[in-house]
Amino acid sequence: MIEIAGVVSDFGDALDFIFSTREAQTGGVEVGGLSEVWEFTWEHLKVSFAAIGVACAIAVPVGLALGHAGKGELLAISLSNVGRAVPSLALIAFFVAYIGVGFTNVMLALVLLAIPPILTNTYVGVRQVDREVIDAGKGMGLRPHQVVQRIELPLALSSIFGGIRTSAVNVVATATIAPLAGVLTLGDYILSANVYGPDGRLAGAMLVAVLALTVELVFAAIQRAVEPRGLQTTT
Amino acid sequence: MHLADAAPVLGQVEIRDRSEASCISENKLCPGWIVDNFDRYTDPLAQHLYLTVTSVVIGFVIAFALALIARRRRWLVGPIVGFTGVLYTLPSLAVFFLLLPITGRGSTTAIIALTAYTLQIIFRNIVLGLQNVPEEARDAGRGVGLTDRQLLWRVELPLAIPDIVAGLRIATTSTVGLATLAVFAGAGGLGEQIISGSNITFKTGVVAAGGLAVLLAFALDVILLGVQRVLTPWRRVQPA
Repeated sequence: MIEIAGVVSDFGDALDFIFSTREAQTGGVEVGGLSEVWEFTWEHLKVSFAAIGVACAIAVPVGLALGHAGKGELLAISLSNVGRAVPSLALIAFFVAYIGVGFTNVMLALVLLAIPPILTNTYVGVRQVDREVIDAGKGMGLRPHQVVQRIELPLALSSIFGGIRTSAVNVVATATIAPLAGVLTLGDYILSANVYGPDGRLAGAMLVAVLALTVELVFAAIQRAVEPRGLQTTT
Repeated sequence: MHLADAAPVLGQVEIRDRSEASCISENKLCPGWIVDNFDRYTDPLAQHLYLTVTSVVIGFVIAFALALIARRRRWLVGPIVGFTGVLYTLPSLAVFFLLLPITGRGSTTAIIALTAYTLQIIFRNIVLGLQNVPEEARDAGRGVGLTDRQLLWRVELPLAIPDIVAGLRIATTSTVGLATLAVFAGAGGLGEQIISGSNITFKTGVVAAGGLAVLLAFALDVILLGVQRVLTPWRRVQPA
């Protein structure tokens, strides 16, 4: 029973860290509190969404083009398998060791992490479009780029956003280790426990968990919203 | 090895060593160093393998049990997918430290977090595999007098093996990647060679540890594919 009480009070102390500032373990400066939490959250979101944006700008057009042409299946499919095998920690470390620290470098590492699921899902989404629908479009006189814009893209949209959702959750989780590369995200509470103390570390873990769940819920909602209304009855 | 006299050979070794030391001190990528210092990676590699295999095996046992329960009570599929989805979404690094007040530092904490991560992938694939069993196969099984339990073990599960293995492959590859973070939970693994001390700026070390993790993922993937081939001999006769 004492153990349970201890665990509860640990989590209570962590909550206290989030809502009120305190002196750092290393002395001198104030840490914790909502304004600092917000600062780290903002940095976390900034680096994550910059990466997802760039990854979309690259992976969606490439996936659409490959899917439309029906080429590069091996590339589109195996890319996400290879991507899964590369540990995110190794990817970040690779960028730190070879390219250097800082916002842009972390973002680029996260872009590499985010591309494979989006590319694969875009490709698969386009390939899954019923051939007859495409033929009907061509029969109505649609040009190739109109087939992509008006048929393949809308019908693949749910799959594309499924890929973006996977990437987003992954990127937000990985941005937790960005402080190793000098970008102060919420992960700093976890990685610099010598500054923030055990309460700060537990608070960081709670914040990162909540952030990841929020991103997942938001993207799941977007994924449902972008599905063409005619398809929504079939879940 | 050809036999020249001793002195030039010694000379050669010395030259190689010196260039290697300077390669390391200039912090370049030095493959020779990795070969010479491979022994420092064997223990972390073994820990990494242990963390991965243990987590996937426990994850499989739990997911399998859940899938069998959900097979009889279809309404449970939604809630189980939802709950395991939450576990899947939680970043492992966060879970390590959320568990810290409860399970402390060490491999137990790492294995709980990694296992939780595998559940959804494996559960979904087992359910999918059982769903994909053709109704004709079930009918044939019932026709030769199989009970429900026999039908499950002799018809449905064998036919579901490709889907189940597909799930295990994704879970295993992902877990190898996530297990590099286990070092933060105090469970060692290859991640230790990436972040401890000033390792993160040591180019050769980062490539060695990251490369070993990728190789481990591929090796386990090939093994799982092999297991699938052995367990589904009928698929070799007529490739689908």
